[in-house]
Amino acid sequence: MAALRVEAVLAAAEEQEAEKRRSITVEKELELEYDLGNLLAMDRNPPPAAALRGAGPRREELLRALARDNTQLLVSQLWGLPAERAGGAGGPLVAQLPEPTFRLPREKPPPKPRPPTRWEQFARLKGIRRKKKTSLVWDEQAKEWRRRWGYKRAGGDPSRAWLAEVPAGADPEEDQFARLRREKRERVARNELNRLRNLARAHRAGKDTVPAAPLHPTGHQDRDELRRVARVARVSTASLGRFQPRLPKEPAEPPSRSGGKKRRFEPLLGNLAAERSRQLELLRDMGSKKPVLDITRAVNKQMRQEEAEAAAANKGKKQSKRGKRGRRQQRPGRSGKKSGGRRQAQQQKPAGGGTGGGRRKKA
Amino acid sequence: MRPLTEAETRAVFEKLSKYIGENIQLLVDRPDGTYCFRLHRDRVYYLSEKLLKLAASVPRDSLVAPGTCFGKFTKTQKFRLSVTALDFLAPYAKYKVWVKPGSEQSFLYGNHVLKSGLGRITENTAQYQGVVVYSMADVPLGFGVAAKSTQDCRKVDPLAIVVFHQADVGEYVRNEDTLT
Repeated sequence: MAALRVEAVLAAAEEQEAEKRRSITVEKELELEYDLGNLLAMDRNPPPAAALRGAGPRREELLRALARDNTQLLVSQLWGLPAERAGGAGGPLVAQLPEPTFRLPREKPPPKPRPPTRWEQFARLKGIRRKKKTSLVWDEQAKEWRRRWGYKRAGGDPSRAWLAEVPAGADPEEDQFARLRREKRERVARNELNRLRNLARAHRAGKDTVPAAPLHPTGHQDRDELRRVARVARVSTASLGRFQPRLPKEPAEPPSRSGGKKRRFEPLLGNLAAERSRQLELLRDMGSKKPVLDITRAVNKQMRQEEAEAAAANKGKKQSKRGKRGRRQQRPGRSGKKSGGRRQAQQQKPAGGGTGGGRRKKA
Repeated sequence: MRPLTEAETRAVFEKLSKYIGENIQLLVDRPDGTYCFRLHRDRVYYLSEKLLKLAASVPRDSLVAPGTCFGKFTKTQKFRLSVTALDFLAPYAKYKVWVKPGSEQSFLYGNHVLKSGLGRITENTAQYQGVVVYSMADVPLGFGVAAKSTQDCRKVDPLAIVVFHQADVGEYVRNEDTLT
């Protein structure tokens, strides 16, 4: 009895050992492809068809076995890498992974290009290109190559300059050293201001593309952000902001929710009296901006007068051979219509304008 | 059907003012009722308030034309005046052209008005001014654009064009199926 039990125990133990050893080796038709740098193993073997058909514990079992086998293969590969003990003799064994070969796609979207600064826009407009400058400049005084700016620069240390000439038109009492210092301070401040302005412009330009901008702590929010926050707060009521009282200077109608993409029109049967008054105002604006065609009217008037004079003059002289044709041929000789009209229109324009305006009303 | 936007109203009024000048006020603000402009399928209609309320109850797909069509907006949003507006332009026209009986027929077939067919023309018409064309019996025939100013009309030869044709009442017969 005891022998049987011992044999049974031994047999069970042997079976377990065999099981363990069996589980290390995995047989696959096609070899797996490994990218140990990414801890990646790609299995190109076709999966057993029975595994994918239908759901259930059978499928789960098969999938779990597949996953276990592939993981075993990957781990055996990892054991094959060169390894060392980290942190001295007693530390853990650390494998040295090779470089990853599989290219993963981008996790986050690529950064957007920043908008050009004011100088960059101007340079592009004028076609100015960057001149490549040498990093070292020959300093005549020190007789050696010095850097263009910075520590031991070519022009000598500006803080140790002991002479400052008074320029030609300047006040003789003015302190030139103080002036130089002040101007440098102003230049630095202007540069800093422009740099911050460019940053702000880039930030503002990128803002409308970024949908959810993070809120800054109070005191640092700019106008657009505050407006957006106020709008969100207004709409966060149970009636979605329909009955919220407005501040004195807030706009009356709510700005469009779709950000102005969808066109909204006036209602069909809206306030007709208001519509009419708006149209009348529009007509008044259009009418006021129309310039009175003074010059054309003056020219026409002048031409009529000339014709009348010519007719009167011709009546006195010859009448036979001068008809329409005669008069028309004579006309270009008289220094052209327009210039003739303009010459005398300039003198008579005020009179012409006055009577022209009166006549216009009659017609 | 919807009311006109600001830009569309401006375009329509500018076009109308070329023919009737500041008399558009009389169209907008009428003593005998409230009239308005509405846009339906790119066409501008002029209708009274009463008619508007009736037309509002018709579904959009079945509605053919509410009121009088003044013109339409082209694909590039330009406003084109049509002959159906003649009844409203004729009484308020600022610059008129009368056409001789002989060339009435020619104008009604869609040709331009030549100097030989010109009967009378309003004094002080500028070049390219919008004009309304009448027959000698003061019947409005259509409208057009003056090709020459009144001064030049006197001097030009008989076969020159004096009025460019834009719309005439003959279109009621010619373009029967496209007019609304």
